[in-house]
Amino acid sequence: MLVEMKDICKDYPQGKEKVRVLKDVCLQVEEGDYLAIMGPSGSGKTTLMNLIGCLDVQSSGEYYLDGEDLRNAGSNRLAEVRNRLLGFVFQSFYLLPKLNAIDNVALPLMYAGVPKKERRQRAEEALKTMGLEDRMTFRPNQLSGGQCQRVAIARAIVGKPKLLLADEPTGALDSASGSQIMDIFDRLNTDGTTIIMITHEQAIADRAKQIKYIRDGILSSGREEPPQAETPDGEEGEAHA
Amino acid sequence: MFESISQALHGVFSHKMRSFLTMLGIIIGIASIITIISGIKGTNEQIKANLIGAGNNVVTVQLYQNDMPYEMMYSGNPVGVKPLEAGQREELRKLDGVDNVTFYHSRSYAEQIYYQNTAFTGNVFGIDDSYFAVNDYQIKQGRGFTAEDQAQNRKVVILDERAVQTLFGSENPVGKAVEIMQEPFVIVGVAARSSNFEPVINSVDDYYSYAQTDAGSFFLPDSAWPIVYRFDEPQNVAVRANSTDDMTNAGKAVADYMNENQIASQASKDGMSYRSNDLLKRAQQLQELSSSTNNQLIWIAAISLLVGGIGVMNIMLVSVTERTHEIGLRKAIGAKRRRILTQFLTEAAVLTGIGGILGVLAGIGMSKLISKFMDTPSAISIPAIAAATVFSILIGLVFGFVPAVKASKLNPIEALRRE
Repeated sequence: MLVEMKDICKDYPQGKEKVRVLKDVCLQVEEGDYLAIMGPSGSGKTTLMNLIGCLDVQSSGEYYLDGEDLRNAGSNRLAEVRNRLLGFVFQSFYLLPKLNAIDNVALPLMYAGVPKKERRQRAEEALKTMGLEDRMTFRPNQLSGGQCQRVAIARAIVGKPKLLLADEPTGALDSASGSQIMDIFDRLNTDGTTIIMITHEQAIADRAKQIKYIRDGILSSGREEPPQAETPDGEEGEAHA
Repeated sequence: MFESISQALHGVFSHKMRSFLTMLGIIIGIASIITIISGIKGTNEQIKANLIGAGNNVVTVQLYQNDMPYEMMYSGNPVGVKPLEAGQREELRKLDGVDNVTFYHSRSYAEQIYYQNTAFTGNVFGIDDSYFAVNDYQIKQGRGFTAEDQAQNRKVVILDERAVQTLFGSENPVGKAVEIMQEPFVIVGVAARSSNFEPVINSVDDYYSYAQTDAGSFFLPDSAWPIVYRFDEPQNVAVRANSTDDMTNAGKAVADYMNENQIASQASKDGMSYRSNDLLKRAQQLQELSSSTNNQLIWIAAISLLVGGIGVMNIMLVSVTERTHEIGLRKAIGAKRRRILTQFLTEAAVLTGIGGILGVLAGIGMSKLISKFMDTPSAISIPAIAAATVFSILIGLVFGFVPAVKASKLNPIEALRRE
């Protein structure tokens, strides 16, 4: 089991009150899975993603990532886990504007302590698998949105992570670029990478092998509870950002 | 390490204007400190050059009464002070740091010396065989004193070039007669210092230390001294030290010897003592005086470094805020706190380090300009340059610390979410 969550709760302080954003979430993801999590703004899907991605720590419950209990891991250990096991793809890419494509992709390898020459070589390979061999020395502002996202995916997979986490990966792209990204995800999954993806677009979610829905902090499987009208003032406005 | 520096350099050069403005405080501070230190060092080197040129490592040991040099002309022979005997020369030469010694009698502002109708009011010395050697004089015209001159108490005199100029102008003085205390003396030679020394005079202190304000010197064989002055007059001693650094010790050793052997205990109770009067000490006093004034200037310049440091801190804080997304991303993909901390510290240190180097260059330029247009001495101090560069890097580390800690503590989720 790659991801195993048991009764995960997450509270955020809001003034003097605590708001429970996730309620007794249980989630199991096997290696090789391709899971889409759907939910409206404020449903807690990004919070869940942050917990899976070891960017945040649960308030209660148990979380095992690749068999390791991360409840008491310090910030350094979490950084290591993110570096070795996880790859992130964000809606707005988060490429460093001063670095060219190769350097952006090589960044996680730098934090993994890979020597410079090897970093460059592996970054070039990763960019080639994204079909960007002729854009390697371009900076983000010289690339289209789709190209940027492909650089970001190259960065996410360059360290050969077990789990790829994607937060609205097509949210900022036109549909042609979006479907190109989804083709890449399919290919990566076929090659053995486990993928968990957040989206609020049914068409995108349908590309996954499995879909789960989250609403008001409660995760459910099955399609019997489709997303309804989005709450207007959710605390997670990123879906519209 | 090398990589993070090159990364930081990249960052600095990608915001050229901002980086330069941030560095400006550091540049100005370091430049003024380098300028001031160059001024101090230049002055000190000049003082020392004056000293070495003027003194040839010679220390004079003179008789003092209380705190004034003992004046033979008006006071008569001092009671209880023995004149030196020829045999003691060897004893003095054996003292630590002493290369050579000479005994001499002297009068300054001498009276009753005439060439024809012109009076001479310079110095008169009664000298032994080693005087010219110790004081680095050479005979330019005529001859020096011979053994016969000394043995037969001949009334002969050697003039220095200054005295020749005062009394004779361009006329050849050798063979002419002068009158000293109503006794006729024949000029047998003209002596001059062999080193061509011209002190650089910048201050009143320099003027009193190095300028030749008198009318010149007459040298008599010490055997002729009693003819015009007195028998058994205690001598002064000029000591040539082994090196410039030995001057103080050699002078002190000779003065101690003289106080012990030449002055009776009653006389020393009456305030008679020999004191060494070396230029090294004098130069050090002058150096300290010029340094202490300028050290205050360094502190003032240091304030501008402080201001510069605060400017760096401010910009680094702005930079951390601007780059929240970058920090969040770096953390998300696996950067540990320490890496973020190092990254921002390196950036601050590189920024101020470059500022320091530019400041050093500006300081060197400025001190050269000032030295050229104001005609003051300046000398570049390598240790000061190294210290300034290291110190400016330190400023970066100190003032970059707070922003760097702030960056390293950012929560990656919030950092990524923040707009």
